[in-house]
Amino acid sequence: MRLVLRGITKRFGSVVANDDISLTVEPGEIHCLLGENGAGKSTLMNVLYGLYRADEGEIELDGVVQHFTGPGDAMAAGIGMVHQHFMLIPVFTVAENVMLGNESTGFAGTLDLDAARDRVTEISDRFGFHVKPEAVVEDLPVGVQQRVEIIKALSRDAELLVFDEPTAVLTPQETDELMDIMRQLKEAGKAIVFITHKLREVRAVADRITVIRLGKVVGEADPKASNAELASMMVGRPVELTVHKDAPTLGADALVVKDLRVVDLAGHKQVDGLSFTIRAGEVLAVAGVQGNGQTELTEALLGLQDDVSGSIVLDGIELVGKSTRKILDSGVGFIPEDRQVDGLVPNFTIAENLMLNRSFKSPFVKNGGLRIGALRAFAQQKLKEYDVRARDIDSLAANLSGGNQQKVVVARELSRDLRLLVAAQPTRGVDVGSIEFIHKQIVATRDSGIPVLVVSTELDEVVALADRIMVLYRGQVVGIVPADTPRETLGLMMTGERPADLKDVVA
Amino acid sequence: MSTVTTPVPDQGGLAPDTAITPTKSGGAKKLPIIFGVMLALLAIVLLRSSHAGDTTFQLSAETDFVTLPDITVPSMVTAWLMVLVCAVVTAEAVRRLLGHVRQPTWLPIVFALAWMTGFLSWAAADGRIRVVSLFAGAVALAIPLVFGALGGVLGERAGVVNIAIEGQLLFGAFAAAITASLTGSPWAGLLAAMVAGALIALILGLFAITYFVDQVIVGVVLNVLVVGLTNFLFRQVLTPNAETLNSPDRLRAVPIPILGDIPLIGPILFRQTALVYVLYAVVALVAYSLYRTRWGLRVRAVGEHPKAADTVGIKVNRTRYRTILLAGAIAGLGGAYFSLVSVAGFNREMTGGAGYIALAAVIFGKWDPIRATLAALLFGFASNLQGVLSAIGSPVPTQFMLMLPYLVTIFAVAGLVGRSRPPAADGVPYKKQ
Repeated sequence: MRLVLRGITKRFGSVVANDDISLTVEPGEIHCLLGENGAGKSTLMNVLYGLYRADEGEIELDGVVQHFTGPGDAMAAGIGMVHQHFMLIPVFTVAENVMLGNESTGFAGTLDLDAARDRVTEISDRFGFHVKPEAVVEDLPVGVQQRVEIIKALSRDAELLVFDEPTAVLTPQETDELMDIMRQLKEAGKAIVFITHKLREVRAVADRITVIRLGKVVGEADPKASNAELASMMVGRPVELTVHKDAPTLGADALVVKDLRVVDLAGHKQVDGLSFTIRAGEVLAVAGVQGNGQTELTEALLGLQDDVSGSIVLDGIELVGKSTRKILDSGVGFIPEDRQVDGLVPNFTIAENLMLNRSFKSPFVKNGGLRIGALRAFAQQKLKEYDVRARDIDSLAANLSGGNQQKVVVARELSRDLRLLVAAQPTRGVDVGSIEFIHKQIVATRDSGIPVLVVSTELDEVVALADRIMVLYRGQVVGIVPADTPRETLGLMMTGERPADLKDVVA
Repeated sequence: MSTVTTPVPDQGGLAPDTAITPTKSGGAKKLPIIFGVMLALLAIVLLRSSHAGDTTFQLSAETDFVTLPDITVPSMVTAWLMVLVCAVVTAEAVRRLLGHVRQPTWLPIVFALAWMTGFLSWAAADGRIRVVSLFAGAVALAIPLVFGALGGVLGERAGVVNIAIEGQLLFGAFAAAITASLTGSPWAGLLAAMVAGALIALILGLFAITYFVDQVIVGVVLNVLVVGLTNFLFRQVLTPNAETLNSPDRLRAVPIPILGDIPLIGPILFRQTALVYVLYAVVALVAYSLYRTRWGLRVRAVGEHPKAADTVGIKVNRTRYRTILLAGAIAGLGGAYFSLVSVAGFNREMTGGAGYIALAAVIFGKWDPIRATLAALLFGFASNLQGVLSAIGSPVPTQFMLMLPYLVTIFAVAGLVGRSRPPAADGVPYKKQ
């Protein structure tokens, strides 16, 4: 199926998310939409899928102009979408999810589950997906869930498949598998739109690349173009892709964690006997697929978990059992993984957000009252220093872009005398320019002799920042390895396998 | 071309981290604690006031085709024997707790049966317990609770929290009384009750679905509104014209041939009013449709993940409206019990909080129609027990007995329900961007 988008414009209030975008996708081709977070890629696809109505422009499939009023119309026309956040119902089985909205029924609307199972098995076998129709979706690994999404689209005879940031949640291995699947679908004559901001993946599969920046098509790029060329097209200026850092100047053992165990409210062991040491001036990066205990580990370090045993010693002081405020006061800086929920109060101003970790005493509080002057001066200075793009310090955090929000969090956490920095997913959902900036800050922190724990599910980030890498799987350490460990080895370790010849490194 | 090379993990089985390790969860501890408390209560009651004499359990109604013999047992011996059974069950529960073994469902059932038997044989010493009427009455009293709970389950499965069950019951009762009086047909009354319940649901939907108002608040406000409205109309309109507007024919019990003659079960289940038979049909229909039909699949989808439902072309809000209208109609039907079955005619606030107990049955029943029905039956049993015990003049103070249904509700919801998961999008309005 040949897709032509012509002059698509979509506005949300005064914001123009898509500005006169035109695009052609041919059958049997993988067409990449490359752009930063917030560039308008997902909006464009939601317009295509009937979730949004375009303000201007038209959608043409095989020469026929379409007027979609909802996703149902788009699906009927042969468009299938694999959403970034899977549109699957976790408590339903695979078969139920695949048939939903397109049910084959018998007498009086009775579900024909056998037919649905057969359909799943048939598609699964054709493409080698290994998906069982009776499995309940929430029990499946994310990579398999994604295949269920693909089956869902294929079962509706989709000829054009849109993959919206499909690799964000996958392990490196799962990503490779997905690339294979996309090539297979291309061979089968499907047209594929692949939305991403990851350069490595674009170069791996794209037949054509369209770069989008700030809602506009910047131009087409050659799939053979270098990473640097693609990145500068995407961002609009030359970007540093690698983090420059010198060899670490290591000090004494600063953070010593021994036999740490964290049990969650449901009684599951999320962190199961972790032991590691970080020396002053060193970055230990934690790699692993999301949900393998990273969240619980960082929260345990901050005293945010209830059921913690083992010991966490920072500069000779035991932190387990201390209140979060005591831990903060002892010099632990924390960049939480979800800035919207744990990092900021969205309806507070930038200035107010900058004092959240020092809301009890000086410099911003005196005798129970706010020292507004001091706070404002501090906020003005940080705004400049951290290049936060906002109207002024009284802007609400909620109105900032992801990158600028994260800069506020980083500014707050790094503006104290730290003895440890814990950074969880420091650049998730952040634009390339801000990533560059935040990475520099983290390296600077390490160079000033502070131990740093970085948690990231992005292998690129782990490799870029780490002096050593600790791989977690199901709450346990698979291994602690040097930063120059090959990606393939790391990817394997993230699935819980420990290469036989692997040796743990001690800093 | 290339194929997937890496071996794919077997996705059929459960992920290992979902394996049950009950050590830390509160749910596993609750059971032995509750058992212990109940056991101690019973033992104390028996020690404090001992009754000589025998207790007779009468298993058949006088009119039965096949008459089962009465069972007469010595009161105190039986009671203490049952204490022993309860003690054994409690010990078993403790043993399983210590050994980290799952508590099976039969444990609480055996415990409850033994406890109840022991308690009854003590309470009715030198008297007789009519087992049939104890249970038949329980079924009758559970009617509005079951209808209400089904209405609640349906609404919440579609993602709309229905606090307004109480209002739907009350308005149903009101509409049923007036319509049945005017038309002279209780059947017309039932129909009117459904319309009345659906009307309340429509208002709920308007605010909750269309205008995104907090569903709990709308529900509570609706309940208060219906109380005020019916009280006003009762005084100003119904009472002056009681002859024409508030004297409906009662629905009479209609025994079903053959089924009604089965010993024990017949008189309990099949010598009831038509409303009860309607209830059986509705329970079966809702339970089947929710899990086995296209309609049910879509209702559940909309309550779990409305956006996912939207992306496969399901109209989320339309589905929700339809479902809560149906749910309201079902709850309204339960209201007819009060003014057409329990007594003939409407009285102010005659539902007496049944809607809230139905709501508890929804949660206790883990948002499942069958379980919610069973929960409602349990609450109905507690209500009836109170009536039966006062009637035989048991030594338990009536004030305490009046608390019983509510006590059971609290215990059930707070103690026994364990970990249950409501529909993921329950109470969350769906906004399209």
